Amino acid sequence: MDKTMDKNTIIEGLKEIAKPYIQDQEAFDNLTEDTNFVDDLKINSANLVDIILDVEDKFDIVIEDKEMEDMMTVRSTIAIINKKLDNK
Amino acid sequence: MTHEKIISLLPYSEPFLFVDHLEHIDENGAIGTYTYPESSFFYKGHFIDNPVTPGVILTETMAQIGLVCLGIHLMANRIEEQAKLPEMVMVSNEINFFLPVFPGEEVKVISSKEYFRFGKLKCEVELRNADDALVCKGKIAGMVISNSSL
Repeated sequence: MDKTMDKNTIIEGLKEIAKPYIQDQEAFDNLTEDTNFVDDLKINSANLVDIILDVEDKFDIVIEDKEMEDMMTVRSTIAIINKKLDNK
Repeated sequence: MTHEKIISLLPYSEPFLFVDHLEHIDENGAIGTYTYPESSFFYKGHFIDNPVTPGVILTETMAQIGLVCLGIHLMANRIEEQAKLPEMVMVSNEINFFLPVFPGEEVKVISSKEYFRFGKLKCEVELRNADDALVCKGKIAGMVISNSSL
């Protein structure tokens, strides 16, 4: 059975999680899969940790340290979430 | 790692070291004390003719005992392997203040770990005076950084 989630559903979830931490409203309003959390949304690494912890709770997955390093863009984050969901 | 060893590794010195003793430390939190000497530099200007310990100094004391000492304990193996202390910075704090602390008072800091993940340590921290009354309380987070950019 395919346990992965629709891309747009994940993006909506990510936007809700990231919203309190973003420092660039325009980049957030124009968010795409290419959006980078640090470079575009100007989120600091401390708040990136809060986002990852919220992602774990929302999608009921556990992210490893190495994986977090790859979760810099919306696209790579969707890929990791779906990989985790698929392996559950 | 012994309490004395942890204190000796702290990256601070007079006039910005705010840890005298550690009473207890384990993976879930730290308890330690500090007495503010009457000669501390900040009493000269905070306030004029009315010395009171500044809130930022109380916050720093909470961070040094509650987070940095705890962080060293949690990373003891890594620190001993690398023979080097990782760079740690405060990344957020939200503190409420209830009582003043005057020159010469001893305070006790009690921290309780919320999480230590992806290099970020977040704790609930309390600071109490010699009568065990609550002086200030809140959440502080610190982070281990690999370069100077946050």
